[in-house]
Amino acid sequence: MKTLIIAEHNQHALKAETLVTLGAAQQLGQPIDLFIAGHDIAQLGQDASSISGIDRVLTWDNEALTLPFSETLAPVIASLRSQYSHILLATSSFGKDLAPRIAALCNVNAVSDVIEIISPNQYKRPIYAGNAIATVKNNATCQVLTIRTSAFTSPNHNPTASPAQIQALSIELPMPSVNFVKQTLSESNRPELSGADIIVSGGRAIGSESNFSIIYDLADKLGAAVGASRAAVDAGYIANDLQVGQTGKVVAPSVYIAIGISGAIQHLAGMKDSKVIVAINNDPDAPIFSVADYGLVADLFEAVPAMTADL
Amino acid sequence: MTNQPLKAIVAVKRVIDYNVKVRVKADRSDVDLSNTKMSMNPFCEIAVEEAVRLKEAGIVDDILVVSIGPKSCQEQIRSALALGADRGLQVECNTPVSPLDVARILQNIQQEENADIFLLGKQSIDADNNQTGQMLAALLDCPQATCASHVQIENKKAVITREVDGGLLTVEMPLPAVITTDLRLNEPRFAALPKIMQAKRKPLVVKTLSDLAIELTNDIELISVDTPIQRQAGTMLKSVDELMLALRSSTQIQMPKHDEEA
Ligand SMILES: Cc1cc2nc3c(=O)[nH]c(=O)nc-3n(C[C@H](O)[C@H](O)[C@H](O)COP(=O)(O)OP(=O)(O)OC[C@H]3O[C@@H](n4cnc5c(N)ncnc54)[C@H](O)[C@@H]3O)c2cc1C
Ligand SMILES: Nc1ncnc2c1ncn2[C@@H]1O[C@H](COP(=O)(O)O)[C@@H](O)[C@H]1O
Repeated sequence: MKTLIIAEHNQHALKAETLVTLGAAQQLGQPIDLFIAGHDIAQLGQDASSISGIDRVLTWDNEALTLPFSETLAPVIASLRSQYSHILLATSSFGKDLAPRIAALCNVNAVSDVIEIISPNQYKRPIYAGNAIATVKNNATCQVLTIRTSAFTSPNHNPTASPAQIQALSIELPMPSVNFVKQTLSESNRPELSGADIIVSGGRAIGSESNFSIIYDLADKLGAAVGASRAAVDAGYIANDLQVGQTGKVVAPSVYIAIGISGAIQHLAGMKDSKVIVAINNDPDAPIFSVADYGLVADLFEAVPAMTADL
Repeated sequence: MTNQPLKAIVAVKRVIDYNVKVRVKADRSDVDLSNTKMSMNPFCEIAVEEAVRLKEAGIVDDILVVSIGPKSCQEQIRSALALGADRGLQVECNTPVSPLDVARILQNIQQEENADIFLLGKQSIDADNNQTGQMLAALLDCPQATCASHVQIENKKAVITREVDGGLLTVEMPLPAVITTDLRLNEPRFAALPKIMQAKRKPLVVKTLSDLAIELTNDIELISVDTPIQRQAGTMLKSVDELMLALRSSTQIQMPKHDEEA
């Protein structure tokens, strides 16, 4: 049998999440097809066909797929199920929205947030905000999985000598039920949270949107991405998509610097697999210190500018 | 076009209280929930609150709260009734239910109820699946708006702002639709004592799986549950200088140095 990966892209290039999902898919040890839906994606399909490890690229090109909705994609992907034993997506907002819709149409449950592939039907996944790890066996004939990208790596890039076959699907687009109204993207020149090597995160203690500049200054000196706790996002100091935690992004950078963050289990769920954790907090009893490799009890408004000045 | 009052169904799950850290059983068969404080899943509280606000705004006139689980989940149904829901339905089930099962049960209930709006949490904080709402929408062949942070209902249409990677996405969809709630949709209220008393008199129906002709799926088997590797607390440092020194010497990454740059 074969594995199908549902690609995420920006019409020009595949997202890093998709390449990491490819890395996970390779562990299943069977041929891999890549499904790309979008508009004007001929070049993207070409590029993808030269990625080693991909057997076949399926493209579905339609103007209405510039921003594809799960309502449109799920039935098309589910209709391919007889060819595939595994359908993989990244645990991103796209993947989380789409995977269960595909699974339900295939009459199966999905396995969310796989962090380890033990065998082609046994997986590990975190439950209870990562405070327990479940090993599950999936007995479904068609398995739908989402892959936690911080737990896998993308394969090394060595373009193949023989590019994969590209198959353009000609599928009529059903009347869309969902209409796009608007999109507000948070613009940033900083590295993306998922995949960043260093992350500087700020919590409620930062106190205001303007005070967050001390976090940005440190991050920029380090070439780091910026993250936040839920409390900081809820208070409107920073954009929602930068929330780290059980219900935000899950990250595992080389260095995670938590500043003015208490360390609630929901926050730890999103960052405790970081290689080195640094915590700066003025409360010596803050729970964040119990997971930190390096802790500093200090007022962040003094310590953080001093760190920035040292760089 | 006049605005007919709408019907809403809210699905609430009884889960471990979010403040409680779970323990894994010694035999690794599952987590140990005996004598653990249980509550309504926080995202379901947000779903109930949103339904009640829609009712207060005159958009919704009937809120049915559904919970699937053992008798104890009637406690969560009663809290939803105290918050302003009108009717409760417990679907009795004493074994764990999968997201697909919950979706099939809700689909079944919809045949009788003909609701316009489904409000579910985006994720249950025990199983962390984030699947049920999307599955229900698939089975009903209706639109879905996951991770909603703003909901506006007008003329049998929903305009929903969703939290997505990279920012916010606003979409418009016809009803019926399934909406799953994100943290920033609203701040749930607390129930006042008189309302808690009143809620005891609101209707709460119990049905069994056989009443609904549902057989549970069992495609995903739980093999074992483990405690993750615990991190050890590291070194407490006394100054920024010590911290920078530690970072420079212990991490693989390049930490630029002010002096060298100058
Ligand atoms: C269902 C659910 C899901 C959730 N999901 C998430 C999630 O995904 N991510 C997340 O982060 N949270 C999440 N939370 C919220 C979580 O429980 C905490 O409320 C939140 O993480 C707290 O954020 P915080 O640490 O910034 O704020 P606080 O807990 O208020 O901590 C602020 C810290 O700053 C310190 N401090 C104050 N002043 C200074 C100073 N001058 N210098 C240095 N330190 C200072 C304090 O000692 C304190 O430790 C969730 C909660 C629920 C119920
Ligand atoms: N047993 C249940 N009873 C009622 N609603 C449920 C149940 N399980 C899940 N749900 C609903 O589905 C949402 C998402 O759950 P999940 O897909 O398990 O993460 C929850 O927030 C509830 O609204």
